[in-house]
Amino acid sequence: MKSKLNLNPEAISSARNAAKNIASETQGFIDRHTTVTVERTVARLLGVDGVDEIEKPLPNVLVDNIKEGGGLAQGAAFWIGNAMVNTGLNPQEIAEKINSGEIDITKLPIADNDEIFAKVNGIAKETTDTIRGNRDKRQEYIDTIGEGPKPYLYVIVATGNIYEDITQAQAAGRQGADIVAVIRTTAQSLLDYVPYGPTTEGFGGTYATQENFRLMRKALDEVGEEVGKYIRLCNYCSGLCMPEIAAMGALERLDVMLNDALYGILFRDINMQRTLVDQYFSRIINGFAGIIINTGEDNYLTTSDAVEEAHTVLASQFINEQYALLAGIPEEQMGLGHAFEMNPKIENGFLLELAQAQMTREIFPNAPLKYMPPTKFKTGNIFKGHVQDTLFNMISIWTGQGIQLLGMLTEAIHTPFLQDRMLSIENAKYVFNNARDLGSEIEFKEDGMIQQRAQSVLKDAEVMLKDIEKEGIFSTIQQGKFGGVKRPFDGGKGLDGVVEKSDGYINPFIALMLGGEKECLQK
Amino acid sequence: MSAKIMEITKDDIDLTKVKPYGDTLNDGKMQLSFTLPIPYGDEADEAAKQLARKMGFSEPSVVYSSDLGVGYTFFTMYGNVNHTVDYTAIEVPKVDVEFMDKYGVEDYIKENIKRDVVIIGACTGSDAHTVGIDAIMNMKGFDGHYGLERYKGVEAINLGSQVPNEDLVAKAIELKADAILVSQVVTQKDVHIPNLTQLVELMEAEGIRDKVVLICGGPRLSHEIAQELGYDAGFGPGSFANHVATFVVNQIVDRKLV
Repeated sequence: MKSKLNLNPEAISSARNAAKNIASETQGFIDRHTTVTVERTVARLLGVDGVDEIEKPLPNVLVDNIKEGGGLAQGAAFWIGNAMVNTGLNPQEIAEKINSGEIDITKLPIADNDEIFAKVNGIAKETTDTIRGNRDKRQEYIDTIGEGPKPYLYVIVATGNIYEDITQAQAAGRQGADIVAVIRTTAQSLLDYVPYGPTTEGFGGTYATQENFRLMRKALDEVGEEVGKYIRLCNYCSGLCMPEIAAMGALERLDVMLNDALYGILFRDINMQRTLVDQYFSRIINGFAGIIINTGEDNYLTTSDAVEEAHTVLASQFINEQYALLAGIPEEQMGLGHAFEMNPKIENGFLLELAQAQMTREIFPNAPLKYMPPTKFKTGNIFKGHVQDTLFNMISIWTGQGIQLLGMLTEAIHTPFLQDRMLSIENAKYVFNNARDLGSEIEFKEDGMIQQRAQSVLKDAEVMLKDIEKEGIFSTIQQGKFGGVKRPFDGGKGLDGVVEKSDGYINPFIALMLGGEKECLQK
Repeated sequence: MSAKIMEITKDDIDLTKVKPYGDTLNDGKMQLSFTLPIPYGDEADEAAKQLARKMGFSEPSVVYSSDLGVGYTFFTMYGNVNHTVDYTAIEVPKVDVEFMDKYGVEDYIKENIKRDVVIIGACTGSDAHTVGIDAIMNMKGFDGHYGLERYKGVEAINLGSQVPNEDLVAKAIELKADAILVSQVVTQKDVHIPNLTQLVELMEAEGIRDKVVLICGGPRLSHEIAQELGYDAGFGPGSFANHVATFVVNQIVDRKLV
């Protein structure tokens, strides 16, 4: 593809190379550690589910039992396999017996290593077959009933009640949505467990539970078959349970997951060691399940300025790309994020935004870029809000974005009403249809405002990435050089859930999902 | 017939009986848009019109309706409102100070307080939306109005999102805060009310409520609600750092917290 912006290919590869070094420098640390949520994920993938009498999930019961017995360093798979050899029970039965006090999992006699591995690997293969089946099912839907053209129309539902969400999601599907995201209830990201069952009480969103995933998947499949296109389901793979949510999503055929390598550290004050270890396993699962990840760069711009800080968005996209590659996520599943958040009063702000969106498109040509709508400068003036969203839609179709998170005219007022969503879908469909091929018809003036803007953002991002490369990502974040937020290495939430792996550590899913599967993913 | 051109002057408007204005005084024109959980069609339009009549509209007309896809219908309507309000009898509690700009606040601190004013801010409870507190506190500010971090004579500490009330109070005591700013963006199902109330109770229990200027803000908060909840002030949409700062420094002086 010829660059419309005359971007310097050497600057792009130098920035990308710096990001690669930044990510690989921490990979050693990631490989040496595990966390409570990683191990609960292993337990879930081995079939442990359900809750005890006080609503504590059995994966937590099991992993807490391992942790209390000092066995976390060997991993849940080791202890589950060992218990299987000893008792002849399956993982779910073992978790139930731990809960009733009949088994103390680390006190059982230690069996032969090969035997332990064979036990858990057998189940792990069944689980990965199920997930592969979900991936095939998605592809079959896309091959038979089809899908909407890009940019996919992405809307959110957020009633707090999964059944009310379903009404809204089905309506959105009939109105033309391609992706429906169920916003999580506020504060779920800070829970160190995943709630269970269908839920009807949430604030500003609905709990992410496996049952809620299943209910919504079924509802969207119904509407998809009716309207003749596959409707994707999105949730939030972030917070203290990143990999567990990924596993639940993989099992229930979610299609899109918010999943950022650094977001939790910067914006939720989750400990950086915890997040980096968690994001790795969550991304391995998302990659294997064919789930498109959405990264959270748009968040930088809700706290800092979209003109001054544009390069931090690009730098973060480069870093997210490299962490995703390390976890086996192909470019086609990298929904790198950015946002339309310039102050509407800026003269030629539209041109600057256009430059940045086109730049992102050219630097990540195969990624289904996720473009976030204006929110920060939405005022409650719904009429102007609708115009702001129209300009946003215009840039998206012009620059070939992948996933369009539709703006709502009532942003800054309430979570969307049924009618708000209809109006925003109508707006996007109108603009996308009316200007479908604008991008292939128009070139930019050489050395004009648009070209210069893109070039300077790229240059600043390259400088920033080289700085981080020198400094290391941990130290950069500790000094507050990212998103203007300072986070200490040993601070934040969830650090007590991080342990160094010991020699006998087992996680059969990493090899099964990353290993021989890679060529299958890069079809 | 007189050809005299009628000009509407202020005197023609009866402020004790105010009605909406479309293009003629007292025409009562108002636009509405809403959804009814009934299928799209003539019956739906009639239902919308009946509803509007019950709301006090005469001549309601459905100018647009559309099928929302789940047996629900969206309407855009116009009608003439029969009701009036007495504008002269209205009293709204407001933050009653003359707002100073950034430099005004800085000079005021220098002359009247003569030390740094410590202001801490946070999104408390489960709220993770920092856009409001960032707009008031961060160096950059919002929409051309610098944030408190840039004010000379103000030590501004933004604790960020999801700060427990207990931590906020502990921090206020540790830093000897003059003012606490609490931002609440998520207000669905009134989740913010118990959270805001709990902060007041905690501060009273710690004996610091009288020593601190306590302010809340957010898109759905007003000065009136804030005062009902036991706050000194509430700032809604369209508020900037200088508004908050003016209130804080005035309170410090008025309440002799210097």
